[in-house]
Amino acid sequence: MEVVSSVKDRANSIKIRAGRVDKFVKVLLGFWALFVGLLFPLIVVLVLFKESKLAIDTFGLVKFLTNSNWDPVAENFGGLTMVVGTLISTFLAMLIATPVSIGIAIFITELAPKWLKPIISTAVELLAAIPSIIYGMWGFLVLAPVMGDKVEPWLQDKLGNLPIIGQLFSGTPTGIDVLTTSLVLSIMIIPFMAAVVRDSFNMVPAIMKESAYGLGATQWEVIRHVVIPYTASGIAGGLILATGRALGETMAVTFVAGNNPQIPKSLFDSFTTITVALANQFTEADTDIYLSSLYLLALLLFLVSFILLAIAKYMILRLEKRWKA
Amino acid sequence: MKTYRKFLNFFMLSLSTFMAIYGIFWLFWILYSLLVNGFKYLKPELIYLDPTPAGVEGGGLRHAFVGHLILTSLGTLIGVPIGIAAGIFFSEYARHNKLFAIFRQITDIMVSTPSIVIGAVVYALLVKPLGHFNGLAGAVALALLMIPVIAITTDEMLKLVPQQMREAAYALGAHQWQVIKSVILRAAKVGILTGVLLGVARISGETAPLLFTSFNNAYMNLNLMKPVASLTVTMFDYVMGPYKYWHEQAWAAAFVLTMGVLLLSITAKLVLHGNLIKPLTYIVRSFTRSKDKEE
Amino acid sequence: MPEVMTSLKERMKVVNLSFYYGKNQVLKNINMPIYDKRITALIGPSGCGKTTLLRCFNRMHDLYPGNRYEGDILLDNKSIFDRDVDLIDLRSRVGMVFQKPTPFPMSIFDNVAFGLRLKGIKGSELKDRVEQALKDSALWDEVKDRLKDSAFSLSGGQQQRLCIARAIAVEPEVLLFDEPTSALDPISTAKIEELIIELKKKVTIVIVTHNMQQAARISDYTGFMYLGELIEFNPTEKIFTKPDKKLTEDYITGRFG
Repeated sequence: MEVVSSVKDRANSIKIRAGRVDKFVKVLLGFWALFVGLLFPLIVVLVLFKESKLAIDTFGLVKFLTNSNWDPVAENFGGLTMVVGTLISTFLAMLIATPVSIGIAIFITELAPKWLKPIISTAVELLAAIPSIIYGMWGFLVLAPVMGDKVEPWLQDKLGNLPIIGQLFSGTPTGIDVLTTSLVLSIMIIPFMAAVVRDSFNMVPAIMKESAYGLGATQWEVIRHVVIPYTASGIAGGLILATGRALGETMAVTFVAGNNPQIPKSLFDSFTTITVALANQFTEADTDIYLSSLYLLALLLFLVSFILLAIAKYMILRLEKRWKA
Repeated sequence: MKTYRKFLNFFMLSLSTFMAIYGIFWLFWILYSLLVNGFKYLKPELIYLDPTPAGVEGGGLRHAFVGHLILTSLGTLIGVPIGIAAGIFFSEYARHNKLFAIFRQITDIMVSTPSIVIGAVVYALLVKPLGHFNGLAGAVALALLMIPVIAITTDEMLKLVPQQMREAAYALGAHQWQVIKSVILRAAKVGILTGVLLGVARISGETAPLLFTSFNNAYMNLNLMKPVASLTVTMFDYVMGPYKYWHEQAWAAAFVLTMGVLLLSITAKLVLHGNLIKPLTYIVRSFTRSKDKEE
Repeated sequence: MPEVMTSLKERMKVVNLSFYYGKNQVLKNINMPIYDKRITALIGPSGCGKTTLLRCFNRMHDLYPGNRYEGDILLDNKSIFDRDVDLIDLRSRVGMVFQKPTPFPMSIFDNVAFGLRLKGIKGSELKDRVEQALKDSALWDEVKDRLKDSAFSLSGGQQQRLCIARAIAVEPEVLLFDEPTSALDPISTAKIEELIIELKKKVTIVIVTHNMQQAARISDYTGFMYLGELIEFNPTEKIFTKPDKKLTEDYITGRFG
């Protein structure tokens, strides 16, 4: 009798202990999930708000965004030059990167011979893994001199005298300017975007493409009328994701932008972006209002990229719903 | 009409090919510069010598290599457990919970947050109060960048484990944590490891979050309460600096950094596809088997 | 085959059981006995609810949100839905073997030992019980020299027998089988059917199968289900020779699948 009850007791106590551990584990893991998914982003927003409060109170948000002065000495800070710079460089980079990425994705999925596919695919993925400082470094030490000495003077010579667009090619070509920056940024985005588009293309069921071919469509017609419409949500989502990344990119642009707080009038002007200003001036901000203004820029950047990425997620979710249905 | 369609087809496909060549051209140019310059200026002294005073030729980057290792390791040590914990919760405890689904989406968004913003936040939290730059802040910034990545990959890998395996464990009378610990984590461990390796690869190449947390240091410093040199920030300073030998050393550092990051990424892919596990297991087995035979 | 069987008594009893998945009523007012140390088979066309009913016996549905039980299931005359019933306990008394073999990612020994270790059993008692379970599932001779090998090194049929060994190691009173041979080849299927008949001596068995011939071969009692209802429950011989209901007869003779 005693032997049986002690075995039963031991089994019981093991069960109770396991039950307690179960509850403890759940709470512990749940805390960290809450931290990662809620507290952490909340802390980021709150800290950015707190640090930029001084600038918001001093200048007012609207005035800050429309002020193109950035004068640490007079303590007059306006973020217009940074915002404009961010927008221009990102826009130009996406302009170049988008068709190239789609082209690469088409090449990988439709044109490349079987043996070449995995090689280029892997190459694209590995290139996406290269740290962005490498791109920036290369841009500064290799590309910028070539741009400044050869390419840009040539462009200025050929296009500088044309009406209207000639303005874009005015100024002294140094290689540290909008054009080089946008180029470097676009090169950085390409591997990432190409991978996203390629993945979207691979989601198209073979049956769909085959039915189009069966009706006598050319390869391009299948791509244009079947593949791209089918993956439109995914491509758009990938585009917005890439834009979000480009907006927040620091190292690829800091080397070649020039850190010049002016609104560029030409592709050959040096300029600044939010990330460039932060990278170059954060450690130099010697007054509270200076630092606070930089924090305000950081807050703007965070909010814009967060919203953009949320939109991208929504669009990609729509694509997934579509082909699951 | 048919000839027009054929022509359009040929034209667009050629255009795509040209785009591919255009893209590949740039990437190859970058790799080429990296390989040529990196190799040219790569010297063993870089690893075991500390830097010379500014302007004086020679010296090495030992301080940066060591510092970088310290920051990355500490960041990984902090970030991996937290990331995995969150990932496990998302997948195993909160899979059908609508509120946590939102948190998971937010986590996914945080994966692509500008890293310089994280640096600014950590500055306010860990640098300003302390009064000076410190290595700990840098490690924390790296950890914060890593955590969302690891949480998401852990969650996705755990979701791949078939539901029946969980049910089989429950059917034997197991508690949830026992099911997770003994069965699910084991089944997903390869995938989770891949996520960790990719996370480490990512933070090894980061510069922005370190710029105003761990800052930089001209000397080797193991004290986390003071600025710690890192490879990336040093590269940044050297490239922007006026000295040619600094540029050369930056190339060499860039070469080593890129090779390291690529190696980690390739390893992660091999691990995921099982190509590394088999030879590794074979090697481990051959040691244990010979031990058994001796008995 | 003349068998010496224990006297008939009810081990489990289903009383007016209905089951709702969200708003859908999947099981409608089921009444059924599960006799001790007998094999009870549940048959019926796809979607009739036989697997859903099976998964009620060990409350597997509780793992997922949106499910609701009405009515009762008794185990040894006590409701399994009582407040004070410990799910962990219930599941070690009512075990389950699944459709596809699901070996855990660990060694053969560790797989079988899993349930035992949960209960705190270790040492030589653990080894003995693992060996006994493997012997009872006709797997011991094939694996006794490689207990440390990964469970994935076994063939499909062997893996399923491993899952059975794993389930019987904790000495359950009832063992539920959810189409255990549907993923296996005919030879493995025959081996497992033999095994189940042997196991009957120690354990009460409920088996869901879409293979009528299998039910006819191995079970003592059969329940025929259709669209969530239990149409007929009778000794197997009666169901397959002279069923009470016409619907049953139509299904048996293959008039609908």
